[in-house]
Amino acid sequence: MIRSVATALLLTVAMPAAAETIAITHATVATGDGSGPIQNGTVVIRDGRIVAAGQGVAVPAGARVIDGTGKWVTPGIVAGFSRLGLTDVSGGAAGANDERADKSPFNAALDVAPAINPNYQPIKVNRADGVTRAVVAPQAAHNIFAGQGAVIDTGADMDPITKARAFQFVELGETGAENAGGSRPSAYVLFRNALREAAELTRFVNPVSSSAAGEPDARLRPIQNPNESRLYSRSADRSQDVLLTRFDAAALVPVLQGRQPLLVHVERASDILNVLELAREFPRMKFVIVGATEGWLVADQLAKSGIPVIASAMNDLPASFEEIAATQSNIGRMRAAGVKVSIGMIDDDESHRDFYERQYAGNLVALQKIPGATGVSWGDALAMITSKPAEAIGLGGEIGRLSPGEHADVVIWSGDPLEVTSGAEQVFIDGVQQPLDDHQSRLLERYRYLQRTDLPKAYRP
Amino acid sequence: MRFPAIAAAAAVLLSACAATPPPAAPAVRINDDPYPSTYVRYPGVLTVIRHATVFTGDGQQINDGTVVFGNGMIQAIGGPGLPSPAGALEIDGTGKFVSPGIIDIHSHLGVYPSPGVEANSDGNELTDPIHADVWAEHSVWPQDPGFSRALVNGGVTAMQILPGSGDLMGGRSVVLKNVPGRTVQEMKFPGAPYGLKMACGENPKRVFGSHDHMPQTRMGNIALDRETWAKAVAYKHEWDKYYAKGGDMPKRDLTMDTLKGVLEGRILIQNHCYRADEMANMIDMSKEFGYHITAFHHAVEAYKIADLLRDNNICAVMWADWYGFKMEAYDAIPQNIALVHNAGACAMVHSDDPNGIQRLNQAAAKAMAVGQRAGIPGLSEAVAWEWLSRNPAKALGILGVTGTLTAGKEADVVLWNGDPFSDYSRPERVWIDGAEMYDANDPHKRPVSDFELGQPGEGDVK
Repeated sequence: MIRSVATALLLTVAMPAAAETIAITHATVATGDGSGPIQNGTVVIRDGRIVAAGQGVAVPAGARVIDGTGKWVTPGIVAGFSRLGLTDVSGGAAGANDERADKSPFNAALDVAPAINPNYQPIKVNRADGVTRAVVAPQAAHNIFAGQGAVIDTGADMDPITKARAFQFVELGETGAENAGGSRPSAYVLFRNALREAAELTRFVNPVSSSAAGEPDARLRPIQNPNESRLYSRSADRSQDVLLTRFDAAALVPVLQGRQPLLVHVERASDILNVLELAREFPRMKFVIVGATEGWLVADQLAKSGIPVIASAMNDLPASFEEIAATQSNIGRMRAAGVKVSIGMIDDDESHRDFYERQYAGNLVALQKIPGATGVSWGDALAMITSKPAEAIGLGGEIGRLSPGEHADVVIWSGDPLEVTSGAEQVFIDGVQQPLDDHQSRLLERYRYLQRTDLPKAYRP
Repeated sequence: MRFPAIAAAAAVLLSACAATPPPAAPAVRINDDPYPSTYVRYPGVLTVIRHATVFTGDGQQINDGTVVFGNGMIQAIGGPGLPSPAGALEIDGTGKFVSPGIIDIHSHLGVYPSPGVEANSDGNELTDPIHADVWAEHSVWPQDPGFSRALVNGGVTAMQILPGSGDLMGGRSVVLKNVPGRTVQEMKFPGAPYGLKMACGENPKRVFGSHDHMPQTRMGNIALDRETWAKAVAYKHEWDKYYAKGGDMPKRDLTMDTLKGVLEGRILIQNHCYRADEMANMIDMSKEFGYHITAFHHAVEAYKIADLLRDNNICAVMWADWYGFKMEAYDAIPQNIALVHNAGACAMVHSDDPNGIQRLNQAAAKAMAVGQRAGIPGLSEAVAWEWLSRNPAKALGILGVTGTLTAGKEADVVLWNGDPFSDYSRPERVWIDGAEMYDANDPHKRPVSDFELGQPGEGDVK
């Protein structure tokens, strides 16, 4: 609200419709920064942002006070890797699924942002369980590049996009090999060639600052998506030796320049090392590894690289030949080695059940009691589903913590949120209290009692 | 087989000109169990667990409870005053919980094993919608690493392995003890009846209809089912006559053999069915042809007809919170299990998933808690445990020997390192028939499948 409208538009940040000043008092508070829960804490929200969280925080005059006695308060869950909002029904319902485009001529250029439907039930169901933001990735169809993902909020409004084109997503493991025509070598050649084609297009860049110096030609204006200038440039001849469409090559320019993170899905230890090698070869690029089921085998190298990892929490099956060494201790061991690791839903009903992340986080805590296993502390586990994925995607300091100035995504839980027996009782996104009803809650009301009544069920509330 | 049939035919011919017909050749009984279990329980020691919170599995909770088992059997259950037999191993269960082993009534371990490569995909014979002739046990790969994960992380001591749901009749299930074996016979639960997997809804009509093969619609599903049941009734009649009077042995049909077993009550119907309206149709069909449906699996709309399920003595097998992954799962609600239970019907959780099977206790915890928050009465941890062992055992026809901690039953027991309704708890020790199959504190008490030998992470905690 304090930001100018222009700034808000530039950042495409969902602004609160009715942000209040709220103080949640006497609650068990965990800020999501890796620290443990604080007893008798207070959280203050104003103008859609966190003002303060902790003990001894003063309640501002005029604030709506919510007594949090017996409750837990945390940042909203940030689904570290998901397909939330891209689909209502996954299978057998054409039209309700935008996860992948099997017949599209494009790949890297695909942008999920326009597909997000905030009215889809999975957004509501996840919101009702305390998921307030999600990293949303497209699915690769017939190329190693899947396209550009977004960060969204789950608020009950028509403005779900926190950040469009927040990252590019590429498959470089088994799926990448298959999509590249059948082998990893093919995937790597495709990858290098794509970067070559993008590099060729960088010659046609129009500096972003030129927008401030007047806009002589709207078609050349580096608008929200600076790649478009490369599409329209009159001098943008390309060599004959190209595989990518101009759209796709242009979409990879910000990746090449390190302005857009590249999320790379790999699981196998040797594939992870290949990505680390790519990171050395292309030092400007910002790599984020997704999956990393065998990450614990190369945890030291991963830690040294500084590359963030968004991992599956509970993979412990050799479900494929790239996951032979799977163990639930993977994240704990990577964390212990100093890897910046967070939790994502990778090929795990990520369009619907992102709310499983808090269960998984709790299960990682449980590993601390298993001899030979490596778990994580409660504070770390919460950070892995709040601040850590936000940091991995470049939104650290904006979302994921109850820290002054961050988006006021706050959940009041009936108890410890890492216990599945706890539920989200009140959810705030950008400081706005959210409705928690959905198709499921309405069905519950309708079928709570089965006694025959004077009119069929269809006439009941 | 051929000689008695020829002899019988000859007898018929002779009878035409004889005053008193010679007796027909006596019937030869078909072996109903040609692939018998060779499971033999492993040795155990007389064991007493004291000072634990005990869920008996039939709705009871004993604080500071004592559990005694030996010779493969539960010997006694009680409070702190229960005496220890001489020479028993004493385990201090202070702060810990004891429960019956979890039973997953819906698993595809072994038939869709890890690694999930094409060469290992043996779960569904999608060459014809009626495949009651195939038996899941002939696909089970005993070396699936998933069995061990279900044991050590999930506390699962028995499970039903089902064929997939692409067929209307997908074949026979097999019930296994979760004990590693070289052969599936070494894992088969002795005496457990077979199940027949049937499927309603989207899957069969999609799999076959997309190839312009019947069924293409839900009405096609039912029509083909009815046609098949009508044949099965005639087949059974033919065999009943043969067994009663002898004579020519009817021609055997392996699909019809299975359906005859259903009509005789020897084989239990395990029916994949999501929607309330389809379940009602299946119930009517079972009455039309004279069989009983034991359980509806994935019954995401069971809450809409919980009364109908109760009145027809049919169990509902449910997820805690899966929803929306297909159209027929659109009306799934997390209170489903609690509502079905509350209506007096038989409710249980299941996994259908090699990961979910490792956390069924947490699935029950979710279902209980969400039910409590909705104000559904009568829910407690002890009651919710019925969804994890007692009710699955009932729906598998093995409640007489397992599923609850009851003296005289098989000692399928889990010692949890905390409350199993908490995310922070895990199995510490697991016994099957009184033999310790897992001990978190002993790396040698952790099964490792053949597939994992020599691989990175062999013998690791998983």
